[in-house]
Amino acid sequence: MENRGITFGYGFLTQESSFDVQFSLIEYDGSHSYFRAYLVGLLNTILVSVIGIIFATIIGVVVGIARLSSNYLIERTAAIYVEFFRNIPLLLQIFFWYFAALRALPLPEKAEPMFGVFFLTIKGFFIPAFIWNNLYIFIYSVIAAIIAIFFVRAYAKKKQENQGTQTPVLLISIGLLIILPLLSFLLGGVDASIEIPVIEQLSKTSFTFKGGLKLPPELISLALALSLYTATFIAECVRAGVQGVSKGQKEAAASIGLTPNQVLKLVVMPQALRIIIPPTTNQYLNLTKNSSLAAAIAYPDLVLVFAGTALMQTGRAIEIVSITMLTYLTLSITISIFMNWYNKKIAIKEK
Amino acid sequence: MFKLVKRLTSVVAMFAVLFTFTTETMAAKKSKTLKNTQKKGFVRCGVSQGLPGFSNADAAGNWTGVDVDVCRAVAAAVLGDASKVKFTPLSAKERFTALTSNEIDILSRNTTWTLSRDADIGLTFVGVNFYDGQGFMVRKNSGISSVNDFKAGVSACTNLGTTTELNMRDFFNSKGIKYEPVTFEKADEVVAAYDAGRCDTYTTDKSGLAAQRIKLSNPDDHMVLPETISKEPLGPVVRQGDSVWEDIVRWSLNTMIEAEEYGVTSANADMMKTSDNPAVKRLVGAEGELGAALGLDNEWSLRIIKQVGNYGESYKRNIADTGILPDRGPNELWTKGGILYVPPAR
Repeated sequence: MENRGITFGYGFLTQESSFDVQFSLIEYDGSHSYFRAYLVGLLNTILVSVIGIIFATIIGVVVGIARLSSNYLIERTAAIYVEFFRNIPLLLQIFFWYFAALRALPLPEKAEPMFGVFFLTIKGFFIPAFIWNNLYIFIYSVIAAIIAIFFVRAYAKKKQENQGTQTPVLLISIGLLIILPLLSFLLGGVDASIEIPVIEQLSKTSFTFKGGLKLPPELISLALALSLYTATFIAECVRAGVQGVSKGQKEAAASIGLTPNQVLKLVVMPQALRIIIPPTTNQYLNLTKNSSLAAAIAYPDLVLVFAGTALMQTGRAIEIVSITMLTYLTLSITISIFMNWYNKKIAIKEK
Repeated sequence: MFKLVKRLTSVVAMFAVLFTFTTETMAAKKSKTLKNTQKKGFVRCGVSQGLPGFSNADAAGNWTGVDVDVCRAVAAAVLGDASKVKFTPLSAKERFTALTSNEIDILSRNTTWTLSRDADIGLTFVGVNFYDGQGFMVRKNSGISSVNDFKAGVSACTNLGTTTELNMRDFFNSKGIKYEPVTFEKADEVVAAYDAGRCDTYTTDKSGLAAQRIKLSNPDDHMVLPETISKEPLGPVVRQGDSVWEDIVRWSLNTMIEAEEYGVTSANADMMKTSDNPAVKRLVGAEGELGAALGLDNEWSLRIIKQVGNYGESYKRNIADTGILPDRGPNELWTKGGILYVPPAR
């Protein structure tokens, strides 16, 4: 390296970055440091991964169960979806959703409002934003509700073990989640108003929306492509899991008088999950790593912001690529550890 | 005793070093890059992924452009054949790493010469083959006729990893306008996104705007704003630490510009050997020993002019005749009102 006149060091991380980023979860502009630019990229990567994982799981479970349906039409539709989306390269799908969908979307001035306040345009999805007063009290109330729910669940379990009676845990949980935050509004001085996006003219023919929240089209198409692609694999995991529970289990459960819902909830799903979780973990990891394809469509993720612009501006290829690799490794290991913990939790506990 | 031997050896070694320096100047001149290039039989040149006028490949894979011609000139000087170049298309992001990691020997890819690039990351800029500046392209019907018409909320599409990103911030900041930068890794995606209406403006070097405008679905609906917001001297780059190779590339480019200045063209280069002007005679290798100073033969510059042509020919062939920028603007010789001025070859 010395031969080629390259110096090594991480000092650049504190320097002013002097480039802006389109979309960031924390306050950032070019006067902040390269380290902050790294955080912006990292948070954007986490954001698209979390959105992708949530949607991929929902779609995956629905499609996976649809594939087991006895209804021919539903089963075939699900099968065609799976075969179609898992056999086209992801990068092509991202380009498709970005460029094809982008061209299909209206310009801001021609956008039809959805429910009067949502505007889906070529420049992004504009949604109303909440303007909070005393937001922290509201957040505390939600946390308190969640803690209370844990206690209720523990109590209900104990009660069932001791007395054999069941408590409507779900209803109580929902009630807690509504009542406690509501109290924070009435008594805690929390106040929220809604800011609706308003159209604004930039020049004779170009418009945009002001106010509210803006989700860039890059985020939407990337999340869409990632979740539709990964959902196909998760659907297959779900199908394998449910089919892996032997028929005798269901019949035995039905014979002791459990309702079909209880059969699914208490007998089939706990066993199916043990088969579903490990391969699904793989898919979550894949989704997170695949999110790095964002650079192709200008979504400012870790690769675009840090291993892209920051690398270019500083020329510190070795440092930046090593940090980026370590970051993806950490992200993947974190997901792995969490999923392994969950897997252990639902594994058969020999007594 | 042992000490004496040690001292003696070091003295001998010192003399040996001195000896090699004084008697083998020619071999020492032969830089590692030059040696490797002559051994391989081709010049390894990094170019863009397709920027008409600068470096662009046709359907048959033939590269043309003013940036391409710099590499061809070096090939003509070093190997005697301008066609012996291996082109590697690089994205803005890959270009410097490709050079520092020894995958290419010349980076001739519309690259802006800046202090931090020159000093910081193991690169050396050898000159300027195109004076450019950053501009903005907008839709004609938008009513925007100057950069002063931009309003807060404007979205600007551009390429990742270029000085453009920094200039854009400086510019909008100085105007106090909040803007939305949309940065893509490849130029084709920038064009597609701007074309689709994702952005209100497309910003990059003006030559780039002129070249990319042709790729839009309706080029006539778009125009480049008159203002230039930055200095973008574009030029070839080499690795730091091989000064002979650096000199060869620098003087290959300078030869093309100087040839235009003295009216030496690919057509009349041979006849110029008998010119009355000693500067012209030096340029075509009929006088002086300029080639030897670079570790080359004396006809190196003649080959450049005969095989690639002078700068004016290259500009006309690649940029003017293709309709990209018919007006040479600052890229005219200093004698004709431009700023092209190279040190004399003597």
